[in-house]
Amino acid sequence: MTTQAILPERGLPDRLTATFWRRPRLLLVLLLTPPLLWLGVVYLGSLAALLWQSFYSIDEFSGMVVPEFTLKTYAELFRPSNLDIIIRTVGMSAAVTLGCAVLAFPIAYYAARYARGRWKAVFYLGIMLPLWSSYLVKVYAWKLILAKEGIIGWAATGMGLGGVLDAVLAIPVIGGNSLSTSYIGTFLVFVYVWLPYMILPMQAALERVPTSMLEASADLGASRSQTFRTVILPLAMPGVIAGSIFTFSLTLGDYIIPSIIGNSANFIGMAVYQFQGTAGNIPLAAAFAVVPILIMLVYLTLARRAGAFDAL
Amino acid sequence: MPSEDRPSLGLRLGALGGLLFLHLPILLIFLYAFTTEERSFQFPPPGLTTKWFAVAWFDRPDIWPPLWLSLKVAAIATAVALVLGTLVSAAMSRASFFGREQISLLILLPIALPGVITGMSLRSAFGMMDIPFSVWTIVLGHATFCIVIVYNNAVARFRRLSGGILEASADLGANAFQTFRHILLPNLGSALLAGGMLAFALSFDEVIVTTFTAGTGLESKTLPIWMLDELIRPRQRPVTNVVAIVVFVATFFPILIAYYLTRGGSETAGSGK
Repeated sequence: MTTQAILPERGLPDRLTATFWRRPRLLLVLLLTPPLLWLGVVYLGSLAALLWQSFYSIDEFSGMVVPEFTLKTYAELFRPSNLDIIIRTVGMSAAVTLGCAVLAFPIAYYAARYARGRWKAVFYLGIMLPLWSSYLVKVYAWKLILAKEGIIGWAATGMGLGGVLDAVLAIPVIGGNSLSTSYIGTFLVFVYVWLPYMILPMQAALERVPTSMLEASADLGASRSQTFRTVILPLAMPGVIAGSIFTFSLTLGDYIIPSIIGNSANFIGMAVYQFQGTAGNIPLAAAFAVVPILIMLVYLTLARRAGAFDAL
Repeated sequence: MPSEDRPSLGLRLGALGGLLFLHLPILLIFLYAFTTEERSFQFPPPGLTTKWFAVAWFDRPDIWPPLWLSLKVAAIATAVALVLGTLVSAAMSRASFFGREQISLLILLPIALPGVITGMSLRSAFGMMDIPFSVWTIVLGHATFCIVIVYNNAVARFRRLSGGILEASADLGANAFQTFRHILLPNLGSALLAGGMLAFALSFDEVIVTTFTAGTGLESKTLPIWMLDELIRPRQRPVTNVVAIVVFVATFFPILIAYYLTRGGSETAGSGK
């Protein structure tokens, strides 16, 4: 026999291939080094810098950063005005998450169970396009809608419901001068902007619910609402929790929406932006930024326990 | 007995209402670009005109530098994300190894945590290291959260690619680089293009991270920052709408293309996202 079982090496690429074959770990290390360097140095390094600076403080008289380790800045978070900001933000995030879950369900359920063929594509694009289209454009669109002279005010007056709108706006805490300067406005825009992030995981979870299970439930005499409560909802829950990770986290950190639409009440994101910018208090801004990190770490741990990560 | 074969009226109305809720506000942007009313958001518009498109094109030179900067930043960030995202997805598609879970968390973290944290972290780091703001500080932030977009697309394609095809290539005498060039790249191509499109759209539109990583000067004003300024201190409101349409179109087509490039895999029930 003269044919060789092993082909001759024809140069460096072949030799490298042989090396990779013998030592697959080497290839793995080569593949992973550049991305891990980037994420490790740029991202984790920055997170470390943030954490580091949150332990500095600011000198009250000179306004300069004192580069000494202290917990003073964190103590400032517990001042009533700052605690208010945190509570307000978390409350809004929870409300937005709930609002998204309620609005998302019919869309997700219809898309998962009834949409076929062309309609499936319509639903998919119908959710993906708003998800990916410009965030600022969406916020801006709502500025147009919620403005005093905008479309909602016009429609309410046209239908003779102007009084209803005024009554809603007169509700103490959530109301305001116009929809675009009230908590209702902020809430609406948040729900609108993050809604697709809730629909997608919810739809994925609902698609995994076997039809036979719903038939079995009906065969056993369950009504529609019973099937919904005892079969569909529990099975959709991981999807809801997965979606809530996004809606909750995104609301927690956003500062554009409450600064454009709302009654200029402060949110965590706005506090971070203001303290690092005009106020020049980087340590307090950093400490404020650590709050969402801690909240999200707890949230992610709970979500993981609920099995939501499989639905992501 | 309730029939589960047909959706109830309530469900149909809920789904339709939800889809309309998602789309009508954006259409309004288009309408307001043609309004003759310059100062308020009066609805219905008192009159319609196309003059704002001309105004935006000829009389507002302040729009062009931000537009170019946004295109430049998005292009560089996408290129970086494509390289890094492909590398890490290639590594993650292989059999399990130590630290795999941690790496997938690390890739996900920049979008799982709010943007304000990425922004504030980078700003802290720039401050501590005395790095001056430039195009590159913006790119640094954008590329970091674009990696996950490329990664998601590429890793999904890797999973569908059977290992046998790579072994066959090796059996036929191709070395790793030839296999990459002739087998892997053509198979990954559309997924990478889709990931790149989405990363580009994301970077082109990013505002929160940018406000922290861009300086205050004109030379680091991206288009979303320009829009944000116009929202807070409006000059000619309809012109902002014209630019909003441009931004919308600039992100709309990449998404549509990305959809057509990857739709083969998303048809199967349960694959969801």
